Amino acid sequence: MARYDRAITVFSPDGHLFQVEYALEAVRKGNAAVGVRGTDTVVLGVEKKSAAKLQDSRSVRKIVNLDNHIALACAGLKADARVLINRARIECQSHRLTVEDPVTVEYITRYIAGLQQKYTQSGGVRPFGLSTLIIGFDPYTGVPSLYQTDPSGTFSAWKANATGRNSNSIREFLEKNYKETSGQETVVESGGKNIEVAVMTKDQGLRQLEESEIDGIVAEIEAEKAAAEAAKKGPARDA
Amino acid sequence: MKLDTTGLESALPLFGANCQMVDGFTAAPAFELPTTLDFDGFQKEAIQMVKPAKGTTTLAFIFKEGVMVAADSRASMGGYISSQSVKKIIEINPYMLGTMAGGAADCQFWHRNLGIKVCRLHELANKRRISVTGASKLLANILYSYRGMGLSVGTMIAGWDETGPGLYYVDSEGGRLKGPRFSVGSGSPYAYGVLDSGYRYDMSIEEAAELARRAIYHATFRDGASGGVASVYHVGPNGWKKLSGDDVGELHYKYYPVTPSTVEQEMVEVSAA
Repeated sequence: MARYDRAITVFSPDGHLFQVEYALEAVRKGNAAVGVRGTDTVVLGVEKKSAAKLQDSRSVRKIVNLDNHIALACAGLKADARVLINRARIECQSHRLTVEDPVTVEYITRYIAGLQQKYTQSGGVRPFGLSTLIIGFDPYTGVPSLYQTDPSGTFSAWKANATGRNSNSIREFLEKNYKETSGQETVVESGGKNIEVAVMTKDQGLRQLEESEIDGIVAEIEAEKAAAEAAKKGPARDA
Repeated sequence: MKLDTTGLESALPLFGANCQMVDGFTAAPAFELPTTLDFDGFQKEAIQMVKPAKGTTTLAFIFKEGVMVAADSRASMGGYISSQSVKKIIEINPYMLGTMAGGAADCQFWHRNLGIKVCRLHELANKRRISVTGASKLLANILYSYRGMGLSVGTMIAGWDETGPGLYYVDSEGGRLKGPRFSVGSGSPYAYGVLDSGYRYDMSIEEAAELARRAIYHATFRDGASGGVASVYHVGPNGWKKLSGDDVGELHYKYYPVTPSTVEQEMVEVSAA
């Protein structure tokens, strides 16, 4: 048998795990994903690369349900994402079976992050090349949450975050514009034109926005922007 | 959390790194079977012989103010009363109680295991208490994986969690039932008689405690395997609290005090003839 028990992810002399860092690079090359948490809604948006004409766009859904009250979007290797999502979905149901309770967002995030970490410390495997944004509502308290995991297996909670391509500039925008009552407008604004947006509320679960709705919001935002520009220029001219 | 299937796995894997392929043995280890015509019947008999009868009376019920849990305290080995002071209500954690019926060691061990390994670790990992539903389900799964191996546990898990009061009956056959009133043990038919006829959802804590106490007393009166001290606990939103522990002999004279009756005949000394 081949010596597959040899670890691929090993420490470098100066304390780096290069495989994990390369995985983070792969994430940086992936499509941008944005998440914003409001007071009673959570929103996810993913950059859509322009669909090929013959491709059925419905088969490339980038925002997926893990359970009725939890959704996930990711940036990075989509094939790895499929594996991780399947395991997470099974874990959600297994938890419901053994404790008769839906998972909390923190629990499933911890599970996914644990899985990602396991693959940085096992023989013969490489880390998952994706960062995930997980949104959901606590099944009892109804509090919304947004969590992010990355290939190293760390996770943390966020009010708003972005991952993937241009995530730094998107995050800057979010830091400037985030308010506690934010919702879908912030995600769409940070994303640009070609995006897939899904909104989750406690009662209605996950709802993907139609293209027409997204276009509507984009139009609103552009109108607002134009008005703000005009307001800036107006007083200056008078003076 | 995965199903506890450790009891269902075979001892050694057939192939792989841990397999001991010694001397050409390639099959899983086997033991000799006794030569009987009816092996299943033989197994059943063996288990019945080993399984001690659940000589006890325990009961629990949900009412407006929470859960009331009560039990006797006698341990018997056949006709011999081995102890009159057994603690049959086990404190799993400050807001959950378990009752003991069946094998004392089995109940004690698995309740303690539930309290520490399952409930406490869950609290630490998830920063919130485990629900009564979850704890009872995990216990039932563990007991199910030991099914047929001679465990004897008939327990009720009573507690108060985010959804309010909870009461589940769990046994070593792997059964798990949710219900408002349960009684377990050899004295349970007698306890049910008193409990079911006196039960109302909107009782006060004192009324419910008195009902539980009387039910245990009546069971100890008629069932030889129950006796000792009737303990009554109440589980409320802030956790459990022990309300009383009365000797059932004293309870008897409290409920049925001896009334002096008029003397009809007196014995007179007969002078020696």
